[in-house]
Amino acid sequence: MLVETVFELLHSELVAYTTENKENDLSTLEYLGYSTGYRLIERLTREYPRFKDELDTMKFICTDFWTSIYKKQIDNLRTNHQGIYVLQDNSFRFLNNLSNGSQYLEYAPKFVAFTCGLVRGSLANLGINSTVTAEVHSMPTCKFHIQVNRT
Amino acid sequence: MARQSSRLESKKVNSELLTLTYGALVSQMLRDFENLEEVNKQLERIGYNMGVRLIEDFLSRTNSGRCLDMRETADKIQQAFKMYLNVQPTISNWAAATDEFSLIFDVNPLTEFVELPADVSNLRYCGILCGCIRGALEMVQLEVQCQFVQDQLKGDASTEIRVKFIRRLQDATPAGED
Repeated sequence: MLVETVFELLHSELVAYTTENKENDLSTLEYLGYSTGYRLIERLTREYPRFKDELDTMKFICTDFWTSIYKKQIDNLRTNHQGIYVLQDNSFRFLNNLSNGSQYLEYAPKFVAFTCGLVRGSLANLGINSTVTAEVHSMPTCKFHIQVNRT
Repeated sequence: MARQSSRLESKKVNSELLTLTYGALVSQMLRDFENLEEVNKQLERIGYNMGVRLIEDFLSRTNSGRCLDMRETADKIQQAFKMYLNVQPTISNWAAATDEFSLIFDVNPLTEFVELPADVSNLRYCGILCGCIRGALEMVQLEVQCQFVQDQLKGDASTEIRVKFIRRLQDATPAGED
């Protein structure tokens, strides 16, 4: 079954559709990711025991969540233990076929926005309000910064 | 990690991810456009764009040759649905001239968690499938017409897509210039 292929195509159509007339506004795309993540996580975590704490939740995102969606684990998770987490994926799936290096780097933000939203939405439904941004220096490596909003 | 990854069935997760992502797109479009016809058109267009690219993947994976008649084409479409969405539509209702057939879906993965509110009953929720078929076939020089005649979301017993052969596109015309 090759649902992933279809998903990849759909994702690139999402990118094209949401940025058609507004080149630099990725908020719609992020929001699509958010609402998808928010719903998806409920189905994903049905069978899971409650997560111990925030770090435990992040570990879940890095391992099982990432594996089931992107076919690999996050390569590196770092945190300052004060609500900032950095997830590094050395071959992020949506960038893998785009470039190896800095060619087309200017388009990279479009291909990570959906995932930022996906992570933010998933965390939101697990009770963690956050801001998720991504950083791409050289494709296909991508770093996701998660900042937990505590208020 | 102590948790067993096996708890998440990757296949299932992926098709749910697809379903939910598609749902998010459709609801975004409903916000973007007042007019349902416009939404239908956009979904079809997105499907078309996907089909145009998906056919290459299909051909490279299956080593399929050129189809000589519509029966063969129908089989290939059925095979593609099996491969990509893990559903097996039934092929039936052939027109006498064998230029028209129906794909009948008992289950439709795109509509798994979907219920249509009454005010959008004209929405062709799965319009993307028609677009996809049309786009893919156009790349193998078959022009077809593709439309829903039954839809489970609208209370029908099954979902039926009608595919009608229009004409064979000529080799000589480069795409986009006809």
